[in-house]
Amino acid sequence: MNINIRKVVVYLLLVMLALTTIVPMLWTFSTSLKSKQATLAFPPDIVPKEPTLNNYITLFNSYPFGRYLFNSFLVTSATVFLQVLIAGLAAFAFARFDFRFKNVLFGLYLATLMIPFQVTAIPLYLIVRNFNWINTYQGLIVPRLFSAFGVFLLRQAFMSTPREFDESAFIDGAGYFTVFFKIVLPMNKTALATFGIFSFMDAWNSYLWPLIVSTEQNMMTLPVGLANLHGRWITQWNLVSAGAMISIIPILLVFLFAQKWFVQGVASSGLKG
Amino acid sequence: MKKKDRKYIFWFLAPSLAVFLIFQFIPMIWSFIISFTDWNVRTLPKWVGLGNYIEMFSDKNFYEAVIHTFQFIIMYIPLVLIGGMMMAMLVNLKIKGIGFFRSFYFIPVVSSWVAVSLIWKGILNPAYGYLNYFLSLFGIEGPQWLYDKNWAMVGVVMASVWKDIGFTMVLLLGGLKNISEEILEAAQIDGAGRLKKFFKITLPLMSPQIFFVVMISMINSFQVFDQVMVMTNGGPAGATTVLVEQIYRNAFSYSRMGYACAMSWILLLIILVFSFIQNRAEKKLVFYS
Repeated sequence: MNINIRKVVVYLLLVMLALTTIVPMLWTFSTSLKSKQATLAFPPDIVPKEPTLNNYITLFNSYPFGRYLFNSFLVTSATVFLQVLIAGLAAFAFARFDFRFKNVLFGLYLATLMIPFQVTAIPLYLIVRNFNWINTYQGLIVPRLFSAFGVFLLRQAFMSTPREFDESAFIDGAGYFTVFFKIVLPMNKTALATFGIFSFMDAWNSYLWPLIVSTEQNMMTLPVGLANLHGRWITQWNLVSAGAMISIIPILLVFLFAQKWFVQGVASSGLKG
Repeated sequence: MKKKDRKYIFWFLAPSLAVFLIFQFIPMIWSFIISFTDWNVRTLPKWVGLGNYIEMFSDKNFYEAVIHTFQFIIMYIPLVLIGGMMMAMLVNLKIKGIGFFRSFYFIPVVSSWVAVSLIWKGILNPAYGYLNYFLSLFGIEGPQWLYDKNWAMVGVVMASVWKDIGFTMVLLLGGLKNISEEILEAAQIDGAGRLKKFFKITLPLMSPQIFFVVMISMINSFQVFDQVMVMTNGGPAGATTVLVEQIYRNAFSYSRMGYACAMSWILLLIILVFSFIQNRAEKKLVFYS
């Protein structure tokens, strides 16, 4: 009896917390299906009386949300791919080779983890401006490609991959690149996925850097476009809500399929978007 | 080392080294140099020595930004820490469907700050937001939230806690999972009650994770930007202006690159000082088994 009551209390708490998590999202979703008039009703309707997809259609037809979405997809996938590749290559060098200043360089890499992005943001902007990269994809992508966290995480993983596998490949006539791409990378899928997901979250949700680099509508990513839409149409909550849903749904879908790595990536880094 | 190896090392390291030097190392050094100049980008920079750093001491906006950051921390850290702890203990129970709830609480963590800020701006809207409607059901007249200078920061904190609590939950859960059942059972046999077990065993054993959470939350708090930018834009009447927002404004609205860079170095200094204090405290207080 006592145990049953405890169980009921625990489940009640769990459900209440779940509601606190989901109600704000559902409210936004509900608002995104309302007409402008309906958003002004008080008390607010929890379920829209006449649900409509008009807000979504408006965002894609009268606003460049299709473009924002495309930009976000392009910038995010390029950033994730290149970040993982570059960090992986460097991690392999740190894990497998000995060279002069190796420890100094690794120490320098790690030290950058302490430096907030804001410290480098201003010179970065000036460099990117000098390259004529403002409002370009390379301007959005390339300056964000260095990840000390990625090098650190992957180096740890590569170091625990036994060298015997490398050796036997060398005997078969393989070079270092074959060893890297055909042996070390496939053997460290978990670490790669962990870092990849972390990098994905960071790139997809990133706001400050795209805000600095993209001043033209057609080069904005979703977070910047969304914040911009809100700035101009402060009262159009139905439109803003639809925009928020468009930015949340893709990452929610990825989360649904890769929960494990999301949690791992966040837990192992202690950093977040 | 074979000569052939050297060529390989270069190709493995070169891409990373290039992006590190051009987009991390040089900007860092440059930022430090700019911080000693007066520069609006259009004309040549003027060397002012420590001028920017000295100006900060008499800059009301800077002071307010620092004060607001601490206001944020005082509300935010206890909430994410205690709340996250309670949630971690809940989802650590071995009952049916617990994995579902654990994933569920993580949803806000993966959503973008801009989206979360907008969602909460809607909820906190005094005229047709849900929160004041909900409060009115109990006969409470809710404040104007983001439009009231006494409540705006509370609103920003609410959104931040909502987004981050799943994150601290996961970090703390890692510590909880490390505590062996045997220790807790042994304590029970010795007659320790629920509370005693929690304060004498669970908390001390989790002190490394608790410190880590406080540290990370502190660093993130000093860098609060997205939510302030979207929810209040620093307002009303500067009531929520914070450090990074001041850096952004000085650099990109007022074209005061030198002053903005100097501020960013002070931000780094504050973070380093707090990390140092944390580190010292950790050595004294953390229990490593």
